[in-house]
Amino acid sequence: MYKRLVVMDPNMCVGCQLCMEACSNRFGYVGPTKSAIYVRSAGGVERGFVIIVCRACKDPPCARVCPTDALSLRPGGGVILSPGRCIGCGNCVSACDIGAVMWDYDTMKPLICTHCGYCVGFCPHNVLALEEVA
Amino acid sequence: MDWVKTLSKVLYIDLTRKIFWIEDREDLFSRWIGGIGVATQLYKEEVSRRTDPLSPDNVIIFAVGPGTGVFPMASKTVAVFKSPLNGYMAESHAGGRSAAAIRFAGYGAIVIKGASERPVYIVIDDEKVRFRDAGAIWGMRSSETVGRVLREALPGAGMRTIMRIGRAGERLVRYANVTVETYRHFGRMGLGAVFGSKKLKAVVVIGRRTFKLPDVKSFREIYRELYELTRGPATRKYHDLGTPANVIPLNKLGALPTRNFSSGRFEGAEEISGEKLAEENLARRVACVACPVACIHLAYIREEYATERFFYKTEFVPYDYELIYALGSNLGVNDRIGLLKIIKAVEEEGLDAISTGVVLAWATEAYEKGLISEKETLRPFRWGDWRSYIDAIHNIVLQPNEFYKILSLGVEEAARRYGGEEFAIAYNKVEPAGYHTGPLYHISLAIGARHSHLDAGAYSMDEKLVASGKDAPEPEKAVEMIIEEEAWRQILNSYVLCLFARGVYTKELVIKSLKALGYNYNEEDLMRIGREIYVEKHKIKREEGFQADKIRIPRRILETPTPLGRISENYIKKALEYYDKRIDMIMSSQQSK
Repeated sequence: MYKRLVVMDPNMCVGCQLCMEACSNRFGYVGPTKSAIYVRSAGGVERGFVIIVCRACKDPPCARVCPTDALSLRPGGGVILSPGRCIGCGNCVSACDIGAVMWDYDTMKPLICTHCGYCVGFCPHNVLALEEVA
Repeated sequence: MDWVKTLSKVLYIDLTRKIFWIEDREDLFSRWIGGIGVATQLYKEEVSRRTDPLSPDNVIIFAVGPGTGVFPMASKTVAVFKSPLNGYMAESHAGGRSAAAIRFAGYGAIVIKGASERPVYIVIDDEKVRFRDAGAIWGMRSSETVGRVLREALPGAGMRTIMRIGRAGERLVRYANVTVETYRHFGRMGLGAVFGSKKLKAVVVIGRRTFKLPDVKSFREIYRELYELTRGPATRKYHDLGTPANVIPLNKLGALPTRNFSSGRFEGAEEISGEKLAEENLARRVACVACPVACIHLAYIREEYATERFFYKTEFVPYDYELIYALGSNLGVNDRIGLLKIIKAVEEEGLDAISTGVVLAWATEAYEKGLISEKETLRPFRWGDWRSYIDAIHNIVLQPNEFYKILSLGVEEAARRYGGEEFAIAYNKVEPAGYHTGPLYHISLAIGARHSHLDAGAYSMDEKLVASGKDAPEPEKAVEMIIEEEAWRQILNSYVLCLFARGVYTKELVIKSLKALGYNYNEEDLMRIGREIYVEKHKIKREEGFQADKIRIPRRILETPTPLGRISENYIKKALEYYDKRIDMIMSSQQSK
């Protein structure tokens, strides 16, 4: 059974960005730009927060625009990056209308959510969850 | 790049010459950890005894520490500057995104010197600083709008801090604040006026760097432990109702300052309590970066326009205990919506809520007693009349007459000019936070380096005495307790932690978490450095002219009973004498080393 990361209720989000920290930490980093999940205010914190994360599309536009087949379909939705094939063109970033393909400025390649769920364990208000995909 | 080493980078910005440079201050960070430890040294380098706080010679120092951006609740930035309110070295902390933004821009501290000829704001992005014209946002009525404009004009959403002043800072109100992320503040001691004197409207820091952790495995372990603890019972109080949870217990205790400290009990406490606000008005909870607690409570006010039916506006107002005391009970305001509207006005103008409340409380009493009249105040001041207070708040900023000009200098100056010193509540010209708990709290206000309730949290020492049915200890012992706690807090403020996490971050966990980042401190080191920072701060204050025996003790404080009974003047005097002797002793023993 495959899983995907889901945002249960953005209204519960307090903007602590602990999910971003967790995502960076998981790969041995600290800092906001190694995270595949991204939280910002919806134009002033009183309006709440926008949580941007890969929604594991079954038919992902990012994969379709990759000229080198570096993005293969992940069972359960979304994509898996083969860094060796990726030439860093950034097509995938522009193709994702929800903005969930982040960019890694060290490697100059996309940063893609693997739906591992590590961030879920650090969300203090249960905004995030791992959901089974049929 | 080595994460730990980037902390020692200090960004210097000169507003006069519009230049900036970066220096590696490993010498300071290896000796003084970060945060207040390092900021104190930077202050020593930059500011002299004679520096006028509102001249270009004053500096604004922002500092973060080794825990910043890494561990839960290490979310605060320390600001240090010379206070335009009392002329001493001042320290004020704020959260929001400020600390993480500075750290991930690649700095441990920022030093802003000089003054611009015309209004500017600065944008710090990676290794660049841009000086931008602030002509279009100078003089805006609401500091909220300033935030909105900059938010839309600049990049880095989610990774930046927008620190800005309101009109109060521009017009040099001595207790003007600096607002970050709309609802957090460098509140106390007048940093906003220092910004204003430099014609500095805002500082935007964008932090988008990422660093490799030295040791992932031990890091994850300690991180998990701290995360679980910070969301556990140790922070429960701040989590649920937030700091306003204090209103009812303090009122029951008889320690909730009411109508200018004339009583410790407010008959309207229930109405403006954390419970009532949560039930009726709480709209959303928000957190600083890296904080699972989310203590920031935002209320909403829904209001119909008087001029047009079925037209409504809904506005958001942050509330905290100190605001409820200063602008609520201490002004006799028991109308909850009225209170929220006062807070809104204070927020828009960019004023420190505590100082503003204490100044208005003095003014109300002075008006009642006939020391001032409507000629000065322009409309009558009556306890609880929140509409008058809102007018007065705007007048403190706009200063339409001599009286409001003087109110903008603080309660001490107001009482000096118009009388009523006995009920002008301030120590060293600083209006206090709201705890009339007992003698330890008031002593700590007098001798704490920040003149803040957070120097030693001595209100909680008083509360513990009340709970255990004990009397206050000998004054010497009281001073020792205060010094010990204040010294340890220097470490927390160098790390830099939110003090709401002080129960979580024990000495052991501070050491363990720093170890995971490659720092090797033991308990003895930390205790020693904490004490050394304490002494450094108190030494600076002395050089700036501070003398404990010269402190004016407001009579009102001695008259109004606390839960530990009436405070005797003799007790306080003895404590202050002992403090002076003790600091002499520590200083001379250091010199002989």
